[in-house]
Amino acid sequence: MEEFQEGTQKRWIHLRNILERPGPFSRPEYVPSPEILEFLLTSCKVLIIGAGGLGCELLKDLAMMGFRHLHIIDMDVIDLSNLNRQFLFRHKDIGLPKAEVAAKYVNARVQGCQVVPHYCPIQDRSEGFYQQFHVIVCGLDSVPARRWINGMVVSLLCYDEDGVLDQSSVIPLVDGGTEGFKGNARVIVPGVTACIECTLDLYPPQVTYPLCTIANTPRLPEHCIEYVKVAQWPKDNPFGVDLDGDDAQHLTWVHEKAVERATQFNIKGVTYRLVQGVVKNIIPAVASTNAVIAAVCATEVFKIASTSLVPLNNFMIFNDIDGIYTYIYEAERKVDCTVCSNIPQLVTVEDPSKMKLKDLVELLRESPKFQMKSPGLTTTVNGTNKTLYMSTIGAIEKMTKGNLTKSLLELGLKDGQELMVADTTTPNAIIVKLAFKQSDTEMK
Amino acid sequence: MSSPVPKSPEQSEKSRKYDRQLRLWGDHGQRLLENSKVCLINATALGTEILKSLILPGVGSFTIVDGEKVTEEDIGCNFFLEYESVGLPRAQIATQCLLELNPDVRGDYIDETAEHILSNTQNFFKNFTLVVATGVSEKVLVTLSKHLWECNVPLLVCRSIGFLGYVRLQIKEHTIIEAHPDSESPDLRLDIPWPALQEYLDGVNIEQLDQKEKNHVPPPVILRYYLNKYKESHEGKLPEKRVEKEALKQMIRDSGNSEEGKQRFVLDENFEQAIHYANSCVTTRAVPDHVQVILDDDCCTNLTQSSSSFWIMCAALREMVEAEGALPVRGTLPDMAADTNSYVTLQNIYQKRAQQQVEVIYRRASQIARNLGLSQETITESEVKYFCKHSSELHLIRGTCIADEYQKTNLDLTAYLEDPDSLIFYYVVLRGLERFIGEFNAYPGQFEDQVEPDILKLKGVIGKLLSEWGYSHALREERVYEVCRYGTAELHSVSSILGGCAAQEVIKVITNQYKPLNNIFIYDGINCTSASFCL
Ligand SMILES: [Zn+2]
Repeated sequence: MEEFQEGTQKRWIHLRNILERPGPFSRPEYVPSPEILEFLLTSCKVLIIGAGGLGCELLKDLAMMGFRHLHIIDMDVIDLSNLNRQFLFRHKDIGLPKAEVAAKYVNARVQGCQVVPHYCPIQDRSEGFYQQFHVIVCGLDSVPARRWINGMVVSLLCYDEDGVLDQSSVIPLVDGGTEGFKGNARVIVPGVTACIECTLDLYPPQVTYPLCTIANTPRLPEHCIEYVKVAQWPKDNPFGVDLDGDDAQHLTWVHEKAVERATQFNIKGVTYRLVQGVVKNIIPAVASTNAVIAAVCATEVFKIASTSLVPLNNFMIFNDIDGIYTYIYEAERKVDCTVCSNIPQLVTVEDPSKMKLKDLVELLRESPKFQMKSPGLTTTVNGTNKTLYMSTIGAIEKMTKGNLTKSLLELGLKDGQELMVADTTTPNAIIVKLAFKQSDTEMK
Repeated sequence: MSSPVPKSPEQSEKSRKYDRQLRLWGDHGQRLLENSKVCLINATALGTEILKSLILPGVGSFTIVDGEKVTEEDIGCNFFLEYESVGLPRAQIATQCLLELNPDVRGDYIDETAEHILSNTQNFFKNFTLVVATGVSEKVLVTLSKHLWECNVPLLVCRSIGFLGYVRLQIKEHTIIEAHPDSESPDLRLDIPWPALQEYLDGVNIEQLDQKEKNHVPPPVILRYYLNKYKESHEGKLPEKRVEKEALKQMIRDSGNSEEGKQRFVLDENFEQAIHYANSCVTTRAVPDHVQVILDDDCCTNLTQSSSSFWIMCAALREMVEAEGALPVRGTLPDMAADTNSYVTLQNIYQKRAQQQVEVIYRRASQIARNLGLSQETITESEVKYFCKHSSELHLIRGTCIADEYQKTNLDLTAYLEDPDSLIFYYVVLRGLERFIGEFNAYPGQFEDQVEPDILKLKGVIGKLLSEWGYSHALREERVYEVCRYGTAELHSVSSILGGCAAQEVIKVITNQYKPLNNIFIYDGINCTSASFCL
């Protein structure tokens, strides 16, 4: 047991005192022992999702807290604007995959650490991959990615025939998020505590400007920029490609046109920085907040993996605009959560002869409960599978587009019909059950 | 203070690198940060975590003062030391590892203890913008705190032990111009319009507009129109109480009735916004207490040759407030439903007024500076512009000296000690821990076989401290026990939490933006909770 002996090295004294001495605030069932540190050092596997501002910090924090079998997954490459907080990256690393550079750096600095990088989207990894981890911790800036991984850990849950949750199938999810001087950290025990989907209303929708304002009555410099972005670019198509917020030439064009438009309306304040902010929807970020939130998450991972302390139950918010403020509360599970409740999702249909398929698609996109991106719908009609609509695959989109303008009745859908809805926000299709209010119209 | 918009949109490499933070504290905040010099005493894990979050955003320079050599224990919690460096000076290795983070930052180190420097190099600490101290003994802390208090250099003291820690800021006087409040109601002056504003507002008769014109009118014009009507029917008085404001809001709501007498239940957006603004924007905001305190401060009323430009501008501001009964107009409007022309016209009226007031204050401040015998360049117009724009966000913090807290026998914690669950008790325990280390030259629980006896000793030390302060409160015993079991354990993740918090406080102090902690923050990682106290 070479590793076991390593646990007795002086460098681990900090963790040993915490894990090997009884504490008045430890969980009552916790038995202090050297085996806990041994577990962290030799077998505990933790996955870090995202190698950005939070991810770099998480990787360092967990490596320093005795975790060695770390995996980190990120599909991005390093950009100059990352360097003010993503401290594992240097100027020479610009353009290289974040996950790989971060892993290499930490493996070199922290002796014995074996970080495995994954330079790919989270969707590229299978259930089997995610299943191997004891804890998963997220440092993401994207809500859809959070929802996807949340759907994944929930889908890994196993229930016995009596509906009792098999505890060994539970992979706790620790999630952090920051924006400027504000941040939050939360612990999700899938199937037990509130999941990402239960609390979807916590994530405010992106700021958007009404089209009529930006087209007819612009007042702010932002309105002028947004107009160029959504109307002028597609019309003029100056470079023959979609607008790319990372392309300086593109931004320069948008800046020029936005200044022209602003001048025309006597509006002041269009700057290049503002153009960048609006076009790329930039969220301000600073090293300190990322350090705090990532470290709160890492501390919770340590509590969960070592079982020494009761983890945060279950939501913490942080804000240091005015002094330093933290607050914790228990986010509640939603009884009819689309992901973790095991209840088919009812969609009430007022009049199936009037509701078109496109209305249903719209509802899945717009309703606060679903907030899907590009839902694809399939169902079973008369014993055969039928794709109602799918926008993500070109050929199928073409074939099914005609269904959008048909009513649910015309498509042969019945009251109580179950539809399988696939979307980028979830790894597994969600079952949606139609409930017709006027089922008597079915026979018409 | 804000830099002029560059003609060419090409951005410098630096502004691209710092883009995400420049959106928070601006180029002017960044400039202050880049001109600052920070000193760190002791490159503990907590110390290097603080420096990390200062170096990344581009602090000007740092100096590490540390007489220790790197130990194996250090490697276990400090990321900015290398395994191969055991036995080498900790200041040197930490400096090397940290400098790698940002080539724009200069860094050096002194392989000596703070104690040694305090007694041998007289003015060493005086040259820093701010000093951060971690892992210092009570004795050194008291000397350091007194010294820095006298030289007027802010001091941030931090400690991290097990799951616990604190951040304590010592600052004699700190002024904030830009507090960045989360939300602020617009500054409209509808009750006391100046002639140009009055002419514009009262030039519109809402009831005579056609439907299209009506939904293009900016909300302040609507609000002013119904405010005048309200005054006519209320003996010229403004609505002040809630019910009175409700009556005003109802008048606006009723305007939605169409001519045929049919109820229009949906008001246009601009009318809705006018109703919304009726809550907070009818009467001009009184000078906020935190600003009045500044205007009444001795530093403002008794200027001297050594008065800073801040206080000179405050003196000029004070005169304007006395003459006009209100702060200068902010000069910006939030977005509101209106057509482009009306909105831009109205905005220009506010902006013009703000600019006029800036000129008045600038002239007056320059005159005051001249009268004090100061040079013409003491005050710049752009500085005054910035100051006036944020005049409702001004804050002043007058801190206390940490040494007083350690030497005082009558530390007043009465209000805080009433709640037995209060985190103030961790302050007491950590003070006990520091006293213990001073007395026994070891951490409580440092040695495996001494945990039990150390609990008793630490309880004794804490009891003595409390009675010195005149308290007989019993401490929840498990809190003493918990600290003893930590021994010398410093948890990296807990130090990283405290380090991030501490670094941001340093940036606030340096940039004069955002309100810093006043004056101690205690973190409890067991429960993921925190609290701040003013000692
Ligand atoms: Zn849920």
